[in-house]
Amino acid sequence: MSMAADERNARAPWALTAPALMLFVGVLLIPLATTVMLSFHDWGQYKGIEPVFILKNWHEIATDPYYAEMFWRTFRVAILTTLLTALLGAPEAYILNRMSGRWKSFFLLVILGPLLISVVARTLGWALLFGGNNGLVNKLLMSLGVMRSPIPFMFTETGMIIALAHVMMPFMVLSVWAALQRLDPQIENAAMSLGAGPTTIIRRIIMPQIMPGVLSGAIIVFSLSASAFATPAIIGGRRLKVAATLAYDEFLNTLNWPLGAAVATLLLVALVLIVVGSNALIERRYAEVFR
Amino acid sequence: MAYLELDRVAKQFGAQTVVDDFSLSVGKGEFISFLGPSGCGKTTTLQMIAGFLDPTRGAIRLEGKDLTAIHPAKRGLGIVFQSYALFPHMTAAENVAFGLKMRNVPRGERAERVRAALAMVGLAGYEDRHPRRMSGGQQQRVALARALVIKPSVLLLDEPLSNLDAKLREEMQIELRQIQRTIGTTTILVTHDQNEAMSLSDRIVVMSQGKIEQIGTPQETYEKPASAFVSQFLGKTNDFPGMIDRVVSPTQLVAGSWRAPAPAGLGGPVTVSVRPERIGFADTGLSAKIVTRIFQGNHWLFQCDSECGPAIVIRQNDGKPQPAEGEAVRLTWRPEDMSVRGGASV
Ligand SMILES: Nc1ncnc2c1ncn2[C@@H]1O[C@H](COP(=O)(O)OP(=O)(O)OP(=O)(O)O)[C@@H](O)[C@H]1O
Ligand SMILES: [Mg+2]
Repeated sequence: MSMAADERNARAPWALTAPALMLFVGVLLIPLATTVMLSFHDWGQYKGIEPVFILKNWHEIATDPYYAEMFWRTFRVAILTTLLTALLGAPEAYILNRMSGRWKSFFLLVILGPLLISVVARTLGWALLFGGNNGLVNKLLMSLGVMRSPIPFMFTETGMIIALAHVMMPFMVLSVWAALQRLDPQIENAAMSLGAGPTTIIRRIIMPQIMPGVLSGAIIVFSLSASAFATPAIIGGRRLKVAATLAYDEFLNTLNWPLGAAVATLLLVALVLIVVGSNALIERRYAEVFR
Repeated sequence: MAYLELDRVAKQFGAQTVVDDFSLSVGKGEFISFLGPSGCGKTTTLQMIAGFLDPTRGAIRLEGKDLTAIHPAKRGLGIVFQSYALFPHMTAAENVAFGLKMRNVPRGERAERVRAALAMVGLAGYEDRHPRRMSGGQQQRVALARALVIKPSVLLLDEPLSNLDAKLREEMQIELRQIQRTIGTTTILVTHDQNEAMSLSDRIVVMSQGKIEQIGTPQETYEKPASAFVSQFLGKTNDFPGMIDRVVSPTQLVAGSWRAPAPAGLGGPVTVSVRPERIGFADTGLSAKIVTRIFQGNHWLFQCDSECGPAIVIRQNDGKPQPAEGEAVRLTWRPEDMSVRGGASV
């Protein structure tokens, strides 16, 4: 009898999670597996997709320097975006946290507000300001005679990084903000009473404690930037392709689905490895702060 | 000669006066407690001494020098916070060493002083522990070692024991007192626990609503409370309405049917305040009826209904039979065991 009860107990968790599990398998695992399979299929201009198992696409990605350059650009943009958000976002969160009541909520709203607006709209804002000869800022600067030609922003990596950093900033600020909330409110006074000056307090006391927040923010920003589509598509256009826009083009323009699937798969695998790896590193390094 | 002196210090937040007219002089090596209910301005006063808040009015002097002109980082005071405020990313030893590093103490001496400080608070062998892996009492000790290792001129403690359970708190009280006696650091302790204040301090500053009610030794504040607030805040007490009768000669102080020779120079209605453990049962005195009788191990607690209102009596459990509930008794006490307040001077 007790054995039957045990069996029932063992089955209960499975039964309870089954609906969620089925959804997970249905909308995530199956499409993912199909995409991976697809990357091994053949494709020709006239014959379309052939369900065979070949390494043609992977071979092309591995040997054609075009893909290496494109992946390198993707990660370079993501890394620089991450650095930029960390450099601006961490101090921003710290200052925000020190503000008094009303200002704090106001500026928090200002920082989080953009999350309510579509990424496309926010990026198009940049394009309106800096887009070639017709961009507002460019027009103004040129009519004032400050500049001869428009600021190179559109179709540049710098532009892409700035626009991405703008889009990603709330994630960094929120993450550092959460870490700051865990700080003892008297910790700065404690350090001060022991003789530490303001820079020492920030460098030796605050920074080490919010570092986990900065790093987890960095992981979010990095993975979102590396797989970002809308911003690189609008700012980078056809000229500066990143992994996500390339995969999109292969799928929808060239119609070479297998190659697009291979690019997407590679991006996914690389991201998973980087995120899981750095997360493990951070957790080990900051075990004391995380506990 | 005063070592630390607070001279009519006041603090306002906006229109609200939180500390007012606070004057105190602390001798070198003295152990002072700020005692008062929550929100009476204890922490605010301590933070003004520490320099985290600026007084609105008044002066704070240390050895005659104006302390308010010195940046908090340069005051050289040791502070233990209620939350301990340990640096969680540093080990116990690194926490203690921080203040020494800021003072550029050379590495060798630093290590020796850190080791000695941790040993003093009973944490030898815990050097490499991080605060989050320590118990509340251990964290409290690290905080104390961190504050003491810099040889502070004054040690400020803001309710350092309030996060500990009763037994540990008692142990730490004894330990704190011993450490303070050994190294002789002038200490100010903030607490709202009257037992803690009484068992630790040389003098107690009783505060209420930002004002000093009384400054005195634990005995003085307990035996001779300066106000009704003090007598009520420091343990249980009985306040009986009394009258000084100047018609009879010699003049008499009367409370119900209890009477004694009146103190000189007073007249009219007064309040007679007697601690419950100073009241005894006798054949004459205030007539009362025992409402409840509670056995508490080493003593009995009686709640009585007397002719001057409710009264509490505490009797040592000496094995003798005690009056029962409902019994009529007479309450009496020695004139030197009461304090008399109010009354017009004559
Ligand atoms: N920054 C501030 N702004 C406005 N009012 C304050 C501020 N800090 C403290 N107060 C007020 O000052 C009063 C005294 O506060 P304080 O912290 O000194 O009390 P306390 O005696 O330490 O009480 P507790 O035992 O609860 O710690 C309180 O009424 C509090 O609301
Ligand atoms: Mg307080």
